[in-house]
Amino acid sequence: MNNRGSVLLLTAPALILMAVFLIGPLVAVVALSFTNYQLGAPSLSFVGVANYIEMTEDETVRVSLANTLIYVAIVVPTSVALGLGAALLIEADSSLRGFYRAAYFLPVMATLIAMAIVWEFVLDPRFGAVNMALKALGWGPFDFLHDRKLVLFTLCGIGIWQSVGFNMVLFMAGLTAVPHELYEAAAVDGAGRGPERFKLVTWPMLGPVTLFIVVITAIRAFQVFDTVQVLTDGGPNKASEVLLHTIYAEAFNFFRDGYAAALVVVFLLFILALSAVRVFVLGRSRT
Amino acid sequence: MKIGPLPRVLRHLVLMTGTVAMLGPFVVMVMTSLKPKAEIFAPEFHLLPHSWGGTENYTTALTQVPLLHFLLNGAIVTAAIFLLQVLVNVPAAYALAKRRFRGRDAMFGTVLVCLLIPYQAIALPIYILFFSTGIINTYASLVLPFTISVFGIFLMRQFFLGVPDDLIDAARIDGMSEYRIVWGVMAPAAIPALIAFGIFSLVAHWNDYFWPLIAVGDQELYTPPLGIAFLKLNGEGTAYGPLMAAATIVITPLVLAFLVAQRRFIEGITFTGLKG
Amino acid sequence: MLVVKPDATAIARPSRGAVRIGGVTKRFGDTLVLDGIDLSIEAGEFITVLGPSGCGKSTLLRIVAGLETQSAGTVAIDGAAMEGLAPNARDIAMVFQSYALYPHLTVAENIAVPLRMRALKPLQRLLGVALTPAVRRIHQSITAEVQAVATMLRIETLLPRKPAQLSGGQKQRVALARAMVRRPKVFLMDEPLSNLDAELRVHMRAEIAQLHRQLGATFIYVTHDQVEAMTMSDRVAVILNGRLQQVASPDALYRDPDSLAVAQFVGTPRINVLPASLLAMKGPPGSQVAIRPERLAVQRDGGSLQGHLAYRENLGSDLFLHVEVPGVPALLIARADPAAGEGIAIGNALGLTIDPRHALLFDAAGQRLRP
Repeated sequence: MNNRGSVLLLTAPALILMAVFLIGPLVAVVALSFTNYQLGAPSLSFVGVANYIEMTEDETVRVSLANTLIYVAIVVPTSVALGLGAALLIEADSSLRGFYRAAYFLPVMATLIAMAIVWEFVLDPRFGAVNMALKALGWGPFDFLHDRKLVLFTLCGIGIWQSVGFNMVLFMAGLTAVPHELYEAAAVDGAGRGPERFKLVTWPMLGPVTLFIVVITAIRAFQVFDTVQVLTDGGPNKASEVLLHTIYAEAFNFFRDGYAAALVVVFLLFILALSAVRVFVLGRSRT
Repeated sequence: MKIGPLPRVLRHLVLMTGTVAMLGPFVVMVMTSLKPKAEIFAPEFHLLPHSWGGTENYTTALTQVPLLHFLLNGAIVTAAIFLLQVLVNVPAAYALAKRRFRGRDAMFGTVLVCLLIPYQAIALPIYILFFSTGIINTYASLVLPFTISVFGIFLMRQFFLGVPDDLIDAARIDGMSEYRIVWGVMAPAAIPALIAFGIFSLVAHWNDYFWPLIAVGDQELYTPPLGIAFLKLNGEGTAYGPLMAAATIVITPLVLAFLVAQRRFIEGITFTGLKG
Repeated sequence: MLVVKPDATAIARPSRGAVRIGGVTKRFGDTLVLDGIDLSIEAGEFITVLGPSGCGKSTLLRIVAGLETQSAGTVAIDGAAMEGLAPNARDIAMVFQSYALYPHLTVAENIAVPLRMRALKPLQRLLGVALTPAVRRIHQSITAEVQAVATMLRIETLLPRKPAQLSGGQKQRVALARAMVRRPKVFLMDEPLSNLDAELRVHMRAEIAQLHRQLGATFIYVTHDQVEAMTMSDRVAVILNGRLQQVASPDALYRDPDSLAVAQFVGTPRINVLPASLLAMKGPPGSQVAIRPERLAVQRDGGSLQGHLAYRENLGSDLFLHVEVPGVPALLIARADPAAGEGIAIGNALGLTIDPRHALLFDAAGQRLRP
């Protein structure tokens, strides 16, 4: 048996594809960000950090970045808290447990682009169910997706709706990892129920899981795109412009690839910073 | 765990409120897809259709755009992606978990680094690559970028680490080749992990919108998310009856699969979520 | 109890399976795992390779199997060099500590794997069904051989089951069956009994020894358990820290060890070691005397050494007295008759007598000094 030969056969396809579809493009995108490349243009030239300087003066980018950060800042804590609450409440008793779990998880599975369109209809100011219900209470109507003040929060709401179930199942997995003896010990020690037990046993045991869930939810929230692209196209007047949508528009609507690449690098830096938090947390929880 | 009667009622009260928010859009979607136009745009809202409009809505959804064709595309693309992911990544995962070779640590380190790259960040260079090689706007352009799954490699490697070395040695003594060991010994031992990864891959790629939006312009190649977005943006815009019918059609396959194998889906997403 | 049924086809006179290991050395990076092992194993011999965990004995077995490549040295079976031969081409079979049964295959399929690999081409294996009469004949002969081996080991009723449905002892038998079915020249066994409970281990010891007598093949058996080594083997090879210390019959190993290390490794409780100077025995400076607990006689007074009882261990059949003697670093252990030692209490003064005929003398480096 030729050891080296067989290892090569096993790993070569993955290594080649990794070079072509991951490492290569990563290097290329960083390199492109220092050029004025345009798709189909006959030549490109090195422009140094010009793209990055332009970015600092670009009002769209500033708004887009701010919106993305607001989106992350709202979606992450809300969906993590609701996910934790749902997990605790569902696991607290066996009645209808399976039903609740499935119901809360369904949005995670469902094609977001299709559900975004459903949300658009549900939120319609004239004949949407939400505004009808609000009208019955004497409020509204609200144009959730076209009102500059509301649109970003509406998208946050859809984002939260979609990620609560995901966070819920991750918390449930974390809860099953809490040894049952600890609950029994807490009961013997007189902290057998409700908030006290949560404070003494559940929360400390869930701590590392929570940090982990916060980070992956943040990374997912940073990648918000589908709902924006299909529902608002960043509008009205950039009120719902987010980073990935800006990148998409620069690259594939305006074909300013060098500039888009520079935006990608910024996007990537945010993701890597969040990942670094995760690595740090993992490293700390292992020691 | 036992809880008293009052907390029990409160639990249901809170969770049911949540359920309304979670399932509400799905219910409205299905009900609206069954209503005639006049009823959808009526000034007062009622959940159940008073008269039947389902036939017209579903017929419009299926004839205005080739929705079934889009579903078929979705099936072809997700199946091809998963099949190739298994073929490419399982042998690599086996080598990383069970073979000693020079550069193994470097390769695994690269896999870990690549795990951090969101695919949206590298979509642009891949688009340029495909554009200049003429691959763009083909089935291949939808499938190829995802054939490498560093996440799959990582997940399968972690699982393979738990397979006893003795089993592999026994297979060698029995005369199995390395490929035979991968497909005849390791893969069958890793069925739970493969199912989890398969569900993760299926959900991710059936629902993916960003990359197909970039890679495909030809309606022939539209995947379900592209198809429904196309119906909305280029159709009558507010023809909500057919739109809800189309949304129902696009969502149904996954939801049915989920309801049939609920536990598997939740486990799969949890497993892949926690490991990733 | 005889569990293995007598088999008329068993080879009575072994003429094949002689293994010659010459100067085998193995390095993993900077660590030397095996250091120049020379070992000649006769055809049909049952040899045990004994050593503590991490001594390199498993690595030696894996080199013989072809699972590991030696850094230097040679392995030959019946005079044929094994270098570069794949494990399945070496005419060996191996039984693993964790049994290594394929979890997705039934017992019958597990046993059939080596035969299928040998007899069928990849395409024929893939198809699974016999398309041609020739392939059908191969399938039939494989089924027959699996059946025969299963009958011999009394696992016929387990054939349709999956490994997960078997007990530890049953898995062990299936692993043995999978090894036997290929009728190898050499059986390699890597701690095959250590995952079994104590009672089953005693039982399987007898069964494997019986199997060896019937098959007449060479058995190379690796273990850290000296009881297994002493009870089953024709000869025992002791490896400590990657070096072959001694190869001898179990009896010779116990009575007549070549080195202090072997004397200390073999025998429970441990052999007693004390400076030769205390006993006025002749030897170079720094010499040490070792004596087995059963050769150390205890009396209330007199004897060549005086001490106090520090601890007593009554096993029912034997009483071990741990005696503290001034000038000896470790407690000396003496075996006594429980009835005779009944009155002796902790703290009592005791005298010890050493029979010089059974005292083993070693030099300062631990090498045996024979008279």
